[in-house]
Amino acid sequence: MTGTLAAIGAGLAVIGAGIGIGNIGSKAMEAIARQPEAVGDIRSNMILMAALIEGAALIAIILAFFAG
Amino acid sequence: MDIKRLFTLFLLLSALIANGQNHDHDHDDHSGHDHDAELTEQEHHNEGGFAGGHHDICTFHHEVTPENFSAQQIAFHHIADANVYSIGPLQLPLPAILWSKDGGLDFFLSSKFDFETMGHGTGHSAHNRYIMDGGAIRRITDPSFPEGTVKIDGLKHKHETTDKGKDKEVTYVCYNGSEYRTDAESTLDGGMFGGGITSFHDFSITKNVTAMIIVTLLMFFVFRSIANKYKERDGKAPKGMQGFMEPIFLFIRDEVLVPFLGDKADRYMPFIMSLFFFILALNLFGQIPFLGGANVTGSLSVTLVLAVIAFLVTNLSGKKDYWQHIFWMPGVPAWVKTILTPVEFMGVFIKPLTLMLRLFANITAGHIVVIIFVSLIFIFGNVGTNIGGAIGGAVGSTILTMFMMAIELLVAFIQAFVFAILTTSYIGAAVEEHHH
Repeated sequence: MTGTLAAIGAGLAVIGAGIGIGNIGSKAMEAIARQPEAVGDIRSNMILMAALIEGAALIAIILAFFAG
Repeated sequence: MDIKRLFTLFLLLSALIANGQNHDHDHDDHSGHDHDAELTEQEHHNEGGFAGGHHDICTFHHEVTPENFSAQQIAFHHIADANVYSIGPLQLPLPAILWSKDGGLDFFLSSKFDFETMGHGTGHSAHNRYIMDGGAIRRITDPSFPEGTVKIDGLKHKHETTDKGKDKEVTYVCYNGSEYRTDAESTLDGGMFGGGITSFHDFSITKNVTAMIIVTLLMFFVFRSIANKYKERDGKAPKGMQGFMEPIFLFIRDEVLVPFLGDKADRYMPFIMSLFFFILALNLFGQIPFLGGANVTGSLSVTLVLAVIAFLVTNLSGKKDYWQHIFWMPGVPAWVKTILTPVEFMGVFIKPLTLMLRLFANITAGHIVVIIFVSLIFIFGNVGTNIGGAIGGAVGSTILTMFMMAIELLVAFIQAFVFAILTTSYIGAAVEEHHH
């Protein structure tokens, strides 16, 4: 049972990451569309923010591993 | 070789390997009784290794069958640290430095455990009541087991439930007809990679330590030679290794150090640069297949030390403003200050903690996914009984694994960069000049 709950918890964490990174991606796309010459800056900031959000989600996933 | 030939060769190889797995599954361990009543092990030419271990047989080679194949166990075994350095199937012994309360300090080369050079790192002998099981050292808790180098009859893995209700696999040593329980090494996290504080501590030069030493020496020589090149080619355009490192170095300096630290960038540059390149090199080193698969940054101990160093540097260079902002934030009403102080104080410790966990989780998750993708071949081929499935699985698994390893390369760079930039921002907050 703990194994299944752990897996469900990991899945929930990934939903959060998906929503967060999806938001960043969409805002980045809009920003590039508005100002195409800033694509380099926007892209590097987007990847950095995605890595930070991904970090939080992966911490939750690793805790799920430990738990179940 | 073009890609088509490479592909065909790979399919042939996988077919050959899958074919070689096709043994009959009758356990003929029962033959070969000698004088003792205990079932002795029979040296199969089977694939030994990481079976799910529900056997009750004392053997060194646990046969892998479709019933007891456990991809999770294989994954955990491959990302964990080991006391042998394995280059592909070749196992090289490493020095073991062990301390236990009743045995004292022990220092010896792990070849004393008498494991096969092309095997799975399971030692056929026990030395001073230590054994080696699948590359990891364990201690026999029973004091009646003889000291010195003793030849043992086999190992048995049993699933037990700890008092916290968790399922754990415990190794038993079979010797002279009786079984002796063994302890895993003490670990920081307990659970998955160990068991909390057990009867011994392992200070050996393990796979991770060897990898760190190799990477440190490599980086030292690379950067020394680049520095010398700058001296002798003063004013000329950079060439070779110099030309490769210069953009990366300048990128970190201009994007990370200068925006956050301003004029103090030169003071912290050695630290941040070492941190970035060390983490990057370790991440990339853990990606190289067959070279030991030394998952260094994917171990909590290493990332913990890096986070502690970042914590020390940040807080030891904290100015009065920094501490005031934490404990008695100026510019907010008093009741807000009482809420803010505990939160900020916890933040002092939680920020390095997240640094540690972020790096560990990213690298470990990537490695686990790659190992699971490769295990797909075994799952689809039903551990050697289904060749067609194995080949199909090999095709799909190769594509998935290549994709995943490409992502892991990206993650290696990104995580090193994120660690460096966050540490720099914390240091920047600590050394910030008085504004108001």
